[in-house]
Amino acid sequence: MSKGTIRVLQLYPRDMNIYGDWGNALVLQQRLRWHGYTPELLEYNVGDEFPAGVDLIVGGGGQDSGQLVIQDDLLSRESTLKELAEAGTPMLLICGMYQLFGKFFKTRTGSVIPGIGVLDVETHGTDERLIGNVTVSSPEFGDVLGYENHSGQTTLGPGVRPLGSTPKGIGNNSKDGQEGARYRNIVASYLHGSLLPKNPAIADFLIRTAVERKYGSFTPGAPDDRYAVMAREHAARRPR
Amino acid sequence: MLYISVPLGKLVRRVSRLRGGGSALPGLVVEKIDPGFMQRTLSTLPLGVAVVSGTNGKTTTTKMVVELLESQGLKVFTNRTGSNFTRGVAAALLGDVDWRGRLKADIAVLELDEAHAVHFVNRVPPRYSLLLNVLRDQLDRFGEIDKTAQLLQHIASKTTGTVVLNREDPRVARIADTLDGPEVRYFGLDDSLLSTFPNDDDLRAGPGSPLPAMPEKPHADVVLRRVGTDDADFEYDGATVTTGMKLRGVYNIFNAAAALALARCIAGNGATPTDHDGLLKALSQVAPAFGRGESLVVDGLPLDLVLVKNPSGFRLGLKSFPAGGYATMVAINDNYADGRDMSWLWDVEFDSLREGGVDQLTGSRAYDMALRLQYDDVAVGAVNPEIAPALAAFIQGAKGKPKRIFCTYTAMLAIRRELSKITTVEVVS
Repeated sequence: MSKGTIRVLQLYPRDMNIYGDWGNALVLQQRLRWHGYTPELLEYNVGDEFPAGVDLIVGGGGQDSGQLVIQDDLLSRESTLKELAEAGTPMLLICGMYQLFGKFFKTRTGSVIPGIGVLDVETHGTDERLIGNVTVSSPEFGDVLGYENHSGQTTLGPGVRPLGSTPKGIGNNSKDGQEGARYRNIVASYLHGSLLPKNPAIADFLIRTAVERKYGSFTPGAPDDRYAVMAREHAARRPR
Repeated sequence: MLYISVPLGKLVRRVSRLRGGGSALPGLVVEKIDPGFMQRTLSTLPLGVAVVSGTNGKTTTTKMVVELLESQGLKVFTNRTGSNFTRGVAAALLGDVDWRGRLKADIAVLELDEAHAVHFVNRVPPRYSLLLNVLRDQLDRFGEIDKTAQLLQHIASKTTGTVVLNREDPRVARIADTLDGPEVRYFGLDDSLLSTFPNDDDLRAGPGSPLPAMPEKPHADVVLRRVGTDDADFEYDGATVTTGMKLRGVYNIFNAAAALALARCIAGNGATPTDHDGLLKALSQVAPAFGRGESLVVDGLPLDLVLVKNPSGFRLGLKSFPAGGYATMVAINDNYADGRDMSWLWDVEFDSLREGGVDQLTGSRAYDMALRLQYDDVAVGAVNPEIAPALAAFIQGAKGKPKRIFCTYTAMLAIRRELSKITTVEVVS
């Protein structure tokens, strides 16, 4: 018997998905099942009606052109998304969506794309592309493994804390050796696409938080993480 | 310099061949001492140069174009697999020119990697170009898919005669709007086949969600209308023709439409009238290029190698080859030539493998693949990142069953090497 339903919303999957963002949604859906809950997968694209009763939000990377497509629509949802974030809704924001949830993105040519300011971060476009395997050492989640590919560089303000430091890879910017941002129940990161499969600790944090907010307590199931453990070990050994 | 560059280059080529060396060194030597060699030699060709580029299918499509043109009596110079950059072209030229540097050919048909093609076309503007697709491959090299599209746009802009574009790939079709010099032609797909070519942009709009409205499509010179098990229907000149196909996989047969479109442009501009029957006969006899959808025979039963490099390619591979009755192995490497980033595996749906499961996983990212299959509820037999023992176990365990191996590029090379050690490999097509 299901322990309850959790509504997972994918933000702009049509325009903001690159290299496996679906993986994050799929992992949340399957792990909810493995923990005994019923996932309900929703999506929000430009021009849609914003669904009610959202328990967990996942937003993907995207190309620069995808960001331009969703920009106005996202700004029109600023107050809704701020309310959800402040109320403690768990969210996973990857790459482009991480940038747009910040204060602004200043392009190389100097034009400023406003963000919705949920996160106290700002991003500056550069000519340098940061690409390769990454290991993030996170106080909350242990080693976080993934792959980065971005030219925007993000600086954190005092209102957020980093996800972790980067013993391998670059992360937020080429200066401070930090990766990602944490604010309330938001996890934001440049580790694009399928961050969650190899980092079940983050997936379960998002799930646990969503369930606790909705049902008061969370009773975990016992997902089989053998392959995740092996994939993590192998990924950690791969060169940058 | 000019008088000695070709003999010297040919000498280096002989020596490096004797030593079993790579194909590019002689090209490098001749480029250093005679930078004008490639341009000068190619500019003598009466029908000029045709460039084939795009993310997927360059090698097989180039092979098809060459064979189609040869069926028309043309002498074609081409670069073989593995040398699809400028230096490789120069090295291939050294093999074909005589000692005085003359190339006896009517036309050059060259496969060029997107990034290298830009340098090439700056030096040798092609008369024809064929642009196949822009897929989410090698983003670790190009950063963004839109960047890859810009590289193809540059090739088109340097083309002096005719650009042949894929009507069904929005990023490729859009290139037409940026051109005012060359003539533009298209190849295309029947609407009924479009669903087998999911567009990269629609990877995750979710099942059942409406697709953005398609603008009206331009007329295509050659349209692939139907794909059968060993034949296909193409429409051109207002009529539909059926031809047998040795090539397998919808993507290969779509690229046959591309090759046909380009070959018809070139032959149509040639001195002799086009021999349509000859073109079709040649098309029906084209065999896949090395490692690309090859059918081998192992222990008396077929073993198919299916090269998978990106989500579209993997999804097409799964759709093109029904899983029933086959033992399946997947080999995923993340070396530079494969692309270092493996997260694209999450954009492929593996439900079609659910019924039979996957017998063996291997390659440096075998456990990433296992994890991916676990989330799609596909049972996994064994996982071993080492390719040699994994392949041996797969062949041993699947005795009496036909076999299929989905593999990334460097995994494919390793598998071919190993296969010839442990069993007699017969190339069927």
